[in-house]
Amino acid sequence: MKTDTEPILEINHVTKSFGTNTILHDVSLSIKKGEIKVIIGPSGGGKSTFLQTVNFLVMPDKGSITLAGNRVNPSDKRELCTHRRQVGMIFQDFNLFDHLTALANVEIGMIKVLGMKKKAATERAMAELDRVGLKDQANQYPAQLSGGQKQRVSIARALAMDPRVMLLDEPTSALDPELIGEVQSVIRDLGKGGMTMIMATHQIGFARSLADEIIFMEKGRIVEQGSPDELLAQGAATRTRDFCARIAEIGGE
Amino acid sequence: MIMDELLYIQNDVMPALMKGTWISVLLIVPSAIFGVCMGVLSATARVYGHRVVKFAGDTYVLLFRGFPLLIQLYIWYFGLPRMGIYLSPYWASVVTFSLCSGAYQSEYIRGALLSIKQGQLAGARAIGFTQLQTVVHVVLPQALRRALPGCGNEIIYLIKYSSLAYMVTCIELTGQGKILASASFKYVEVFSIVGAVYLLLVSMATWILNSLEKRFAIPGFEQHQA
Repeated sequence: MKTDTEPILEINHVTKSFGTNTILHDVSLSIKKGEIKVIIGPSGGGKSTFLQTVNFLVMPDKGSITLAGNRVNPSDKRELCTHRRQVGMIFQDFNLFDHLTALANVEIGMIKVLGMKKKAATERAMAELDRVGLKDQANQYPAQLSGGQKQRVSIARALAMDPRVMLLDEPTSALDPELIGEVQSVIRDLGKGGMTMIMATHQIGFARSLADEIIFMEKGRIVEQGSPDELLAQGAATRTRDFCARIAEIGGE
Repeated sequence: MIMDELLYIQNDVMPALMKGTWISVLLIVPSAIFGVCMGVLSATARVYGHRVVKFAGDTYVLLFRGFPLLIQLYIWYFGLPRMGIYLSPYWASVVTFSLCSGAYQSEYIRGALLSIKQGQLAGARAIGFTQLQTVVHVVLPQALRRALPGCGNEIIYLIKYSSLAYMVTCIELTGQGKILASASFKYVEVFSIVGAVYLLLVSMATWILNSLEKRFAIPGFEQHQA
């Protein structure tokens, strides 16, 4: 009998190199259902690569990923597709399908991957678009949407697949400052709804208010991890705090 | 004098050229369609295929763009019977034109495939698409829109090189013209009309291709008006 104290997703000893350049050194992380973990750290520190290894968009050289007790075998293509559709991924630059309307972007996965009937898929897609506040933009093409709207469509697209875990790779980094809020509020709502999430971000304030745990990643290693209060408390002598202070100086937040 | 000329055109030239035009259309339409299909298949194989498939695609394009069209036509029509394969002049021509056209289409479509933003492939894989589903549902619908002007250009060109079919005795428009002109020595008159018919066919094809571009235009994929 599984309990909620058991992790839904376990990442064990993941290592990844490109040529002689090692991006991830033996990184492990586990997350329980409903938890939100936020990865921060300098650019090039491996945050994005790490998230991409979790759903095998980047194949790890070593290590394993276990989702809901099932250790994924990356050489089995079918298992890989099954794993990916259970792990929602939000990208920095949205990656919407440019030739499809917002509605069709959300529908297509349900129809082609889950094998749902068109009518049921449309209903569900409209519900998801409504959830991210874009019901009235359903028939717009990506080229007609703002960055914030595109990111919200991509969130709806991921949600429509009923993911067990969501991975968010700097979801607001490509957005104009005035559009960041609308995406953050959608993510915040997801968290309130109990969605399990791992998010990489540079928005320290957002990370702090959302995260159950902050993970500070640098040079392909997890350097520190702990609750926001521990790592970011006044006077805490942590790398995380140094880093955040530096970002604040530059004018991040 | 002028009366004679007009009667000659009305009674001899027009019926023969009508017949020839019909044969030309029967050569062009299937060759254009097969050509696009060959182009899509080979371009996809070359961009997304496994090493072996990619090599096959590259070789196909190299050979069929490299050999002169007339030589290809001769091989299919005169050469294959030695291996026990007999193609009628019509089918030899259609096969030749389809394969040659496909090799050129392959390059237009390959270029378009490479222009699709890589992030969308990751987006598709992230929701559980297989490689094939990604290509069919995400990449090709976009790439074909981008390739349409180039593919149209190749079809226009095909309309004119279909005239080579008469070299293997498939008597289409040019072939009929040649027969008429040799008999009457009225080369200028006959070939002016033949040329005008090709111009008409090309104009019609241009119109159809433009309508297709409009039909499939979506925001973000418009062809920018100069």
